[in-house]
Amino acid sequence: MISRIESLLRDAFADAPELEVIDRTGGGDHFQVIVTSERFNGVPLVQQHRLVNEALSAPLADGTIHELRIKTRGTA
Amino acid sequence: MSDLSDKIKNVIENEPVVVFMKGTPEFIACGNSGRALQALHALGAPITTVDVLPDPAIRAELTALYGWPTIPQVFVKGELIGGADITDELHESGELQQKLLDLLGESYATDAAPKTVTLVG
Repeated sequence: MISRIESLLRDAFADAPELEVIDRTGGGDHFQVIVTSERFNGVPLVQQHRLVNEALSAPLADGTIHELRIKTRGTA
Repeated sequence: MSDLSDKIKNVIENEPVVVFMKGTPEFIACGNSGRALQALHALGAPITTVDVLPDPAIRAELTALYGWPTIPQVFVKGELIGGADITDELHESGELQQKLLDLLGESYATDAAPKTVTLVG
């Protein structure tokens, strides 16, 4: 499951110098994702998280991801 | 636009601070909902909560309206602030308090307990 989330994020943030997916509870459905990308530069925090939510819309919609913690950083 | 959508928009546009959560302040059913409540409560925000658990349509309509797929969702004066992570991050940086002051005015704070609004049933 982690690799699926990583590849979805890699597709959306191909430039990301930092991209990490952590299974927070070992249960395969509570994840922490950390993404650094220039796409976040100068973008309000809620919009940054929207971009991540959109990249993961499929696993979020089908319940594969039960809980998603997001940490985003710009590159500026 | 469905009746439920209208009710959802009504609460968001008429209550100063709204938290769509899993459960109620007395019976918090999910850690993240608790995190959002805690940050807002610490700042004395006048909180109105809506439990999304009684009817999955609430979350579906909410996501259709505001495009945010997860719960909790925090709104201040009709503006989507975000979920638990953003509420926490803004709280730590002091921006959450600033947003409450900007949107609700200097005397927003209250020590009243959170209000609960029921949309269905």
